[in-house]
Amino acid sequence: MTSSHAIDYNQKIPNNVDLASDRTLQRALEHWQPNYLEWWKEMGPDGAQAFDVYLRTAVSVDPSGWAHFDYVKMPDYRWGIFLTPAVAERKIHFGEHQGEAVWQDVPGEHRANLRRIIVTQGDTEPASIEQQRHLGLTAPSLYDLRNLFQINVEEGRHLWAMVYLLHRFFGRDGREEADALLQRRSGDTDNPRILGAFNEKTPDWLAFFMFTYFTDRDGKFQLNALAESGFDPLARTTKFMLTEEAHHMFVGEAGVARVLARTAEVMNQLGTDDPAKLRTAGVIDLPTIQRYLNFHYSVTIDLFGADQSSNAAIFYGAGLKGRFEEGKRADDHRLHGETYPVLDVADGAIVERAAPMLNALNEVLRDDFIKDSVAGIGRWNRVLEKAGIGFRLTVPHKAFNRKIGTFANTRVSPDGRVIGEAEWARREREWLASPEDRAFVASLMGRVSAPGQFANWIAPPAMGINKQPIDFEYVRFG
Amino acid sequence: MAETAEILRQHLIDPEICIRCNTCEETCPIDAITHDSRNYVVDPAKCNACNACISPCPTGAIDNWRQVARARAYSLEDQLGWDTLPAQGEVAAAGQTDLPQEITRLTSEASAGQGGVAPAPWSAEHPVVHLHTLAKPAVATVTGNFPLTGEGASSDIRHIVLDFGSVAFPVLEGQTIGVLPPGVDPQGRRHYVRLYSVASPRDGERPRYNNVALTVKRVTEDHAGTPIRGVASNFLCDLEKGATVEVIGPFGANFLMPNHPGSSLLMICTGTGSAPMRAMTERRRRRIAQNEGGELMLFFGARVPEELPYFGPLMKLPRDFIDINLAFSRVPNAPKHYVQDLIRKRAADVARLLRDPHCHVYVCGLKGMEEGVREAFRDVCREHDLDWDALLPTLRNEGRFHLETY
Repeated sequence: MTSSHAIDYNQKIPNNVDLASDRTLQRALEHWQPNYLEWWKEMGPDGAQAFDVYLRTAVSVDPSGWAHFDYVKMPDYRWGIFLTPAVAERKIHFGEHQGEAVWQDVPGEHRANLRRIIVTQGDTEPASIEQQRHLGLTAPSLYDLRNLFQINVEEGRHLWAMVYLLHRFFGRDGREEADALLQRRSGDTDNPRILGAFNEKTPDWLAFFMFTYFTDRDGKFQLNALAESGFDPLARTTKFMLTEEAHHMFVGEAGVARVLARTAEVMNQLGTDDPAKLRTAGVIDLPTIQRYLNFHYSVTIDLFGADQSSNAAIFYGAGLKGRFEEGKRADDHRLHGETYPVLDVADGAIVERAAPMLNALNEVLRDDFIKDSVAGIGRWNRVLEKAGIGFRLTVPHKAFNRKIGTFANTRVSPDGRVIGEAEWARREREWLASPEDRAFVASLMGRVSAPGQFANWIAPPAMGINKQPIDFEYVRFG
Repeated sequence: MAETAEILRQHLIDPEICIRCNTCEETCPIDAITHDSRNYVVDPAKCNACNACISPCPTGAIDNWRQVARARAYSLEDQLGWDTLPAQGEVAAAGQTDLPQEITRLTSEASAGQGGVAPAPWSAEHPVVHLHTLAKPAVATVTGNFPLTGEGASSDIRHIVLDFGSVAFPVLEGQTIGVLPPGVDPQGRRHYVRLYSVASPRDGERPRYNNVALTVKRVTEDHAGTPIRGVASNFLCDLEKGATVEVIGPFGANFLMPNHPGSSLLMICTGTGSAPMRAMTERRRRRIAQNEGGELMLFFGARVPEELPYFGPLMKLPRDFIDINLAFSRVPNAPKHYVQDLIRKRAADVARLLRDPHCHVYVCGLKGMEEGVREAFRDVCREHDLDWDALLPTLRNEGRFHLETY
C-alpha cells in the first residue's frame, strides 16, 4: 500500500512528488544537493554541525506523520520536497482566469513573473539562516537552541521547496536561479540577498525573537497569498510550508513573551521601572523592547512592497498570487472598480485616499499582516497586565521608518506626524534601538547549556517541545 | 443514560499559549475549529477527538481536555471570551459523575504512542465503564496470590486473583481496573489510583466465577533505575489470601478484542504487558471447540525465561492454536533478542496479518518498546510493499491497532 501522503525516505532526496519517475529532474536536483550541503556547512549554524538536536522531521504530510521527533545532526537532516496532496478539480478562484482549471505547468505568458515570485520567496530562506548563523553561540537555554536549529533546518527545507519548483518548471533559467540562491549572501555588499530586511543583522536573541515574530509573519502572509495561486504546484508547496512556518512564529511570539515575563518579574521584585536599575539587574527594560519592536516592525512592513504596484495587479489578475484568505472573501475576486484606502502626504500631513484596489494589493496584504501582528502584541501586553505592570507595547504608525513606497523619503514619528530631519535626528534614539541598546542586549548574551537552565533575562517556557519536560536535553553537544 | 449525565471529554485550546497560527483550523478534517480576532476555539458539537490537530500544533496549546457533562459543555461563545482555560476542578465541583481526572490522564498517556484515537474493533463486546467510582469503590477479596517468576529472577511478578462476591464487576479482555492503595501519602492525601489490565477473560479467572486476575510486578525502581518502592504494587504483591482491596472501574472502551469468527490477533508485549494478551488468548482457548477460525500470533519479550509471566502454561498451548515467538534479552552466553528482532524475522507472516482486514494488532508493555516495535513494523512493511506510516492511520481508524505502554 502506498499513499500520496507518504514521503519516500529511501531516496537520496526524500519527496512525495515521485521524483524517481523524472530522471532528468532527479539528476539535476542530485547535482544541486551537494552544493546545498556545501553552502549549509559554510553558512549554516556556526560550530553546531556535530550536535545531536531533538528535531521534528516530516515523515508524511498528513497530520499524523509530519511531526516526527528524534535526535539528528543537522547536516544529516532529511531535507526534501513535500507538497500537500492535490485537490481534485481545483479551479482558479480569482483574477481573469477565475473558474478555469488550475495550471499544472507554467503558462508561457506568466513564466517570467512566476519565476520572479519564486526566486524572491526562495531567496529569503537561506538568507535568514545566514542571518542567524551565530546565534547558537549565545542561546539562553537548550530549549531555545533547539528551537533556533529547528527553524534553521526548516528554512533550509523551504529553500528546497522553491528550488524544486525552479528545477521542475523553469528549465535552464530555473537551474541558474537555483544556483544563484546559494551564491548570494545576506549583508554582502557585492552580492546581497534580494530583500532589504534579509540583509539586516540578527545580532542577538531579542532581535531573533522579533525577527521570527514579525519577519517570519511576513513569510506567513506571502505564503498564504501564494497558496491561493492558480499555479497548483506553487499553491501546494506553499501550503505545506505554512505548517512549518507556524513554529517559527511561535518561537518569536513565545520568546518575546518570556522576555517580558522575566522583565516584569524583576520590575516587581525591585519595585522599579527605571531602565538603568533593570539593566543592572540583568534584564531588558521595556522601552528597549519597544524600540526593538519599532525597528523590526517597520523594516518588515517594507517587505510587502510599494503601496501601489502594477506588478501586484498583474500577479493578481493573472491568478498567480491571491490575497490572504482569498477564498473566504465575499467580493467578486476580480476587483475591477474596487478601491482601497492608501496613505499619502499632503501639505505636511498624512492623508488617506482611495486607490484602485488592484493596484493596492500590497497594501491590502500589509494591512492584514498589521492586524495579525497587533493581535499578538495584545497577547504580549496581557503578560504585563497579569504581572500588574502598566506599560503597554504598541506598534508605530504604518508610515514610520519606511524605506519603500510613498514614505521612503518622508520622516514620520511613531505617532504618525510628518516631521523634519532635525526632530528625527534628535529623537531617533527614543524610537529605534540605538547602538547602545544593542550593545547592552549583546552584553546579556551567553550560552546557557545545562538542561532546564535559562539565562537571567528570559523566563522558562510554559511547556516543553513534543510534551517533553522543560529540562529535557534538547541538544546534545556530543 | 440520561442526556444530562453523559460525560464529554471536551477538547479545548489554551488561549494563553496559542499563537493563533491557524494550523489547527487548517488541519481539522471536519471543520470543528474556528476563530475570531481573539481566540481559536473547538466546537463541542463537531469535534470527534480524532487528534489530527494535535501534532501539527507548534505550541502544545491544542492538547487540552476537560471532563464536562455534554449538556453543559463550554460553548463557542464561552471559549471565545476566555483569556485563560478554566481549571478542571471547577467543573468537577459542579457535581458530575465523570471519570476521575487521574484515570483520564493515565489512560491517555498509555495510548499516546498509537498516535491517535483508535475505536474498539467493530465486533467488540460493548464494555461497561466506571461502574464503581472513587466515591463508592467495590471491595474485592483476594483468593489467590501466586509468584509467576522463578527462583533467582531479578523481579517479582505475581498472579493475583480478586473475587467480587455478590457485587457485579463485568470486565472485558483489555480493560483495566483501578486499585486504591490504603492509607495516605506523606502530604496526607489518598494515594493515586493505579490501573492494572485484567489478565483473565470476561467469564472469570475461573470460568463462571465472579473473579478477575491481575499480573502485578513489584516495583522496586523507577524507569531510570532509581530505587523506589511502588505503593500499589507492593501492597498488592504482599496481600494474603482473604485480604480485601478497594477497586474502581472497569475502565477502557477501545483496547478490546474482536469477537467475530475469522478475526485474528497479532499480540506484542513485554513483561506484565502480557496481562491483556493472556486474557484474550484465554478467551480464545476457551472457545476452541467453536472452531471459529482466525489466528493468534504472539511476540513476547522478557529478560530471561524465568521472568516471563505465564511461561509454563503458554508453552503447553497447542502450536496450531497460537504462534508463539519469545525474545529474551539477558540470557547468559546468548545473543540479546528483542521482540522487534523477531517481528522482522517473521516479516512475511506479520505483513500477511497486517494486510488481513480481520486482524487486530495489540501492543502492551514499557514505553521504551514503542520505538523499536514501530521501526520493526516500518521495516516489515518496506520489505513487503506496504507503507507503515500510511497504513497506521487506516489500522487505527478501523480499530485494528491498539497500544498501551507505561
